[in-house]
Amino acid sequence: MKQLIELIVEFSNRIGRPVRLMEVCGTHTVAIFRHGIRSVLPEGIELISGPGCPVCVTSVRDVDTAIAIAMEPDTILTTFGDMMRVPGSERNFYEARAEGADIRVVYSPVDALRLASETPEKRVVFFATGFETTSPLIAASVFDAERKGIENFYIYSVHKLVPPALSALLADSEVKVDGFILPGHVSTIIGAVAYEFLASEFGMPSVITGFDPQDILQGILMLLRQIYDGNPKVEIQYTRAVRPEGNKKAVELIYRYFVPSDAYWRGIGMIPDSGLVLRPEYSRFNALSLYDIHVESKPEPRGCSCGEVLRGIKKPTDCPLFGRRCTPEQPVGACMVSSEGSCAAYYKYFNPC
Amino acid sequence: MCLAIPSKIVEINNMMATVDVMGARRQVSLMLLPEEAKVGDYVLVHAGFAIQKVQEDVAQDSLNLLQEVLQKLQDEDAYD
Repeated sequence: MKQLIELIVEFSNRIGRPVRLMEVCGTHTVAIFRHGIRSVLPEGIELISGPGCPVCVTSVRDVDTAIAIAMEPDTILTTFGDMMRVPGSERNFYEARAEGADIRVVYSPVDALRLASETPEKRVVFFATGFETTSPLIAASVFDAERKGIENFYIYSVHKLVPPALSALLADSEVKVDGFILPGHVSTIIGAVAYEFLASEFGMPSVITGFDPQDILQGILMLLRQIYDGNPKVEIQYTRAVRPEGNKKAVELIYRYFVPSDAYWRGIGMIPDSGLVLRPEYSRFNALSLYDIHVESKPEPRGCSCGEVLRGIKKPTDCPLFGRRCTPEQPVGACMVSSEGSCAAYYKYFNPC
Repeated sequence: MCLAIPSKIVEINNMMATVDVMGARRQVSLMLLPEEAKVGDYVLVHAGFAIQKVQEDVAQDSLNLLQEVLQKLQDEDAYD
């Protein structure tokens, strides 16, 4: 570990200018804080957080829509636990539950499917959030529902794709990044192949990195080496879990049931082909085909800097609401809700109070 | 949300496996695994599914990286 840090310092000196590296994934944001990675890095290396927290980028409108679904009669809405406190325009899931909606937290979509087979008189909807790590699981559940003939299982998909979001970031002139610390487990599914455009189109150094302290330092060293050599490419540091081609079986299953669509990212906006919706031939599993729900778009909370934070333009501490009006107990923006959100991580580890 | 935990397979029954995660036993689906797994293998588990087999070659990899980088720096310094 000591040798790794010494080499990082050496490369940073040789590069001779400040370097900004973006950790795309929220799990990295938390790991970097938990292991005190910043404290061992030389001054010239700045780590900034990106948009890789599914809870944070789920739009107000999507939360409102999920709540509207949960309010429908004979309906059970199932969700991963991290979504429960995300603010919609008027209420979060807990508050909707207090008003009578049947909303249940599940560990896996398998649990939602089981609930559907055990309660045939109800419509069980799974609120499908998450990136490519999670979408194959949802596809597998639809496959299972189909195979077992379970007819009261539906999904509301707001799945998002990481590579189009990186494209959108790099096309944004406000975003200043010298290299990407790419997500580990998203890449377990999509592989290094999915990011080739980062090097070929944008000349952006990129390393798929694991989550242990040694992984992260090694990922940073590999990025510095690419920057120093002026040879941008997509490398895999996290070789124990990521193959260059990814998990083809999982990717095939995703696209058997889903097709890319434009998606709205909270704080960032519309990104072309960055979401996943069910293919028309599987619309019988689509909760949006089942209910006639129209939810107006509502603006983001006033003063919330989540959008700038998710693009690495602002640090959480630059937001006027941070730690004052917006805390993990009383979050205003989604970045403060999820434990993997940049604001929540900053608050936990950097609490000025 | 994209957290996945390395877990050891202790039993396999068709496409389901019992895994041991730091002493706790859980049932996970193997249907997303791209290659066949056997008892004793480590798999990455995310929300009830094994998503990849874990290869324990990391120690060797990081050693190789360090040696390669050190060598590069020494070579460069020799030319300076």
